[in-house]
Amino acid sequence: MANAIFNILVFPGFLFLFVFGFIAEYVDRKLYARFQNRVGPPWFQPFADFVKLISKQKIVPDEADVAVFKLVPIFALTASITAVLYIPVWGNKAIYSFNGDIIVVLYLLTIPTFAYFLGGWYSRSVYSMIGAVRSLTQIFAYEVPLFLCMLGPALLADTWSLSGMVAFYNQHPGYWLCNLLGFAVALISLLGKLEKVPFDIPEAETEIVAGAFTEYSGRYLALLRMALNVELVVGASLLAAVFLPFGFNLNPAAVFPLYIIQVFFIIAIVSFLRTLFARLRLDQMINFCWKYLAPLAFVQVVINLILKGILPR
Amino acid sequence: MHDPGEVKITIGPQHPALKEPESFLLSLHGEKITASSVRLGYNHRGIEKACEDRTYVQDLYLVERVCGICSHSHSTCFVQAVEEIAGIEIPARASYLRTLISELERIHSHLLWLGVAGHEIGFDTLLMYTWRDREAVMDVLAAITGNRVNYGMNTIGGVRRDITPQHKEMVLKAIDILEERTKYYIELGLGESTLLKRLSGVGKLTNEDVVRLGAVGPTARASGWGRDVRKDDPYAAYAHLDFKVITNDQCDVYGRTLVRLGELMEAYSMVRQILQKMPDGPIAVKAPRKIPAGEAVSRYEAPRGEDFHYVRSNGTDKPDRVKVRAPTLANVQAVSKMLEGGYLADMSIVVAAIDPCFSCTDRLISVCDEDTQKKNTVSWESIRLKGIDWYKNQGIDFTYLNKKLARKF
Amino acid sequence: MRKPGKIAGQLIQSIFKKPATLNYPAERSGMPEGFRGKLKFNPEKCIGCKMCMRDCPTGAIEIVKVGEKKFEAKIDLGKCIYCGQCVDSCMKEALGITSEFELAKLNPDDLKITFNAENTSDSQK
Ligand code: SF4
Ligand code: SF4
Repeated sequence: MANAIFNILVFPGFLFLFVFGFIAEYVDRKLYARFQNRVGPPWFQPFADFVKLISKQKIVPDEADVAVFKLVPIFALTASITAVLYIPVWGNKAIYSFNGDIIVVLYLLTIPTFAYFLGGWYSRSVYSMIGAVRSLTQIFAYEVPLFLCMLGPALLADTWSLSGMVAFYNQHPGYWLCNLLGFAVALISLLGKLEKVPFDIPEAETEIVAGAFTEYSGRYLALLRMALNVELVVGASLLAAVFLPFGFNLNPAAVFPLYIIQVFFIIAIVSFLRTLFARLRLDQMINFCWKYLAPLAFVQVVINLILKGILPR
Repeated sequence: MHDPGEVKITIGPQHPALKEPESFLLSLHGEKITASSVRLGYNHRGIEKACEDRTYVQDLYLVERVCGICSHSHSTCFVQAVEEIAGIEIPARASYLRTLISELERIHSHLLWLGVAGHEIGFDTLLMYTWRDREAVMDVLAAITGNRVNYGMNTIGGVRRDITPQHKEMVLKAIDILEERTKYYIELGLGESTLLKRLSGVGKLTNEDVVRLGAVGPTARASGWGRDVRKDDPYAAYAHLDFKVITNDQCDVYGRTLVRLGELMEAYSMVRQILQKMPDGPIAVKAPRKIPAGEAVSRYEAPRGEDFHYVRSNGTDKPDRVKVRAPTLANVQAVSKMLEGGYLADMSIVVAAIDPCFSCTDRLISVCDEDTQKKNTVSWESIRLKGIDWYKNQGIDFTYLNKKLARKF
Repeated sequence: MRKPGKIAGQLIQSIFKKPATLNYPAERSGMPEGFRGKLKFNPEKCIGCKMCMRDCPTGAIEIVKVGEKKFEAKIDLGKCIYCGQCVDSCMKEALGITSEFELAKLNPDDLKITFNAENTSDSQK
């Protein structure tokens, strides 16, 4: 019991993700700035922003559904934190694992998006509502390719558990190379999930102010932003576990730094990709996802089905 | 008539897409815009009236502040009108210097626009890069004129500062860097597919609409309407320069981008020609303080389009009437047309594509009573009192704060 | 050739370049020579003709007689638009410009400065 509480509150749960989220945000923002030839923020900036937001006045719109409005940030945060319990962070085995946990993680990661939708919708401001509808529309575009490209590696490993997959790829070094196409698709879908350029349509600043978050302020906004950070970390960890499974059967203390490096690597790619493009329009994004991403993810699945028959197990 | 799927959304007067207060009321059906209307009047500053209370010398600096970005345009346009009334012939070197600053201003304004356009479509990297490169020309302007924005270069009868050989070298160096960078941006504009996706086919404005709605500047030229005051009615030293009027037939935001990029390349060649051809000599002639009675109209091709000033004098040292028509006023009518049938997502880039300068444009509007159809003038004081009352009803009392502030100033 | 991500090369280069921005206020960049910043006043040269006051567009400058052939210049930096017209108008070159531009103050009273025989360049009280 004490162990479980430790896992949820400290490692790899709340406290760890809280700190790691800040570091991830810093790395992301610093790299983003450096790509643009700017100095970028100092290391404590994300934390300073958080403290500032916490201390600011919070305003709940008159017409908003107060309960939903206040609960949404907590929902989003909780779901992402829960997801991390099934992802191998310390060593090659997650805290909890069972056959099928990859599906659970994917669904847990969908909850924040729905939470943003609810928050936006019940803010009852036009900008928030348009943003909310946009994030819901967007989910149908990127979720399918994301799920499909997770399917590929799982098929090859013949297991539905993340820890099982890591174990399999550690036993068969080199097999992860088969999944590179899926990795590329997953990275792009992750941009959609994290609502970053070119898929930051639901919070497009120059169109609908801040989308679903427009009416949020003070402590609630701080929590929402933290949820976004945690989502970034968890999303990156998931991709690291599935597509970069280098554990080398070392002991957990040695694997942990490796895990951190993998996550930073994925965050670096994410921030590179978001400097690279202009924001797409909603219809263009959906077109792109269904025309290119989903078929590519499907190709990966087919390749892995064939490889499964050929490669020695 | 009422469409149940219709959402009305106001963009502005406070909105991240707009750098100045302006309001657009859009009717949306899903993401599509079905109708739109523009409301001006949030930032009327009464500059025209204020000009009448000041001397011509003082007006120079006031008129310059009509716009922060094309400040030289307004001050040149005004000073040209005044010189015409007074019958002053400015020295050749002065007219070359005015042209030099005006082209440098066009360079900085178009680069600024490119960055803003990038930001509006979520391409912040483009914003950061263009604004970084724009610093080259800003440094040159600051060194030559003494300020980064309000150059204060013009005076009645010529210009206030001369350029030195070091300045010349600086300008040429900056132009070389910028030319290379602009070539890169043209390549990027032609090749980056997300950029193309967001720009082409957006904000269509046909050639007929340009004429009908009276659009000017790059907005008009991108619809194949090749009007340019520099060519049609040359002022300053433009008659001695060799340049092309850039036009494009795309009729959309992409066309406007290409026109501005093309104009940048033309501006670089013009700056080189100016530096080569600039004659020696005095930079100003003495102007009388009192301008003889008369009136004049002056036109100027600002970076955003044709700028128009009308000045009437009555023989004193203060003008009788000054009238400013900034290019945005001519273009703002076209925005509603461009927005219709487009997507909400394109709204900000379509508005940005005319390179709007709303504060320069704002007019006084008279409020019409809905019931009695009577127009009456509302004084500043009564607006203030009404505001105080309104806040009091909301439970916010500023009386104490007001007193405290009054003591301070 | 149309393709997405054309700017990638520049991004990678930027990482290794020195940032174009500065870490203000720890690092500062100066203004070029001849920049129109804060004014300076030389009371020795002033003859009290008040041409500067007449041409100032904002009424920021005031010349006060403080004694026999002694003048003081009162400038409200909050009103001044740094146009430099007063410098041009002064026949005696009593006024001049400096390139000092970081003049913000928390209290508007601190923006009103007086130049006199004791203080010729900066007497911000
Ligand atoms: S114009 Fe010059 S000399 Fe005359 S009062 Fe002003 S500072 Fe003094
Ligand atoms: S610089 Fe211009 S505004 Fe300032 S005191 Fe001199 S004339 Fe007046």
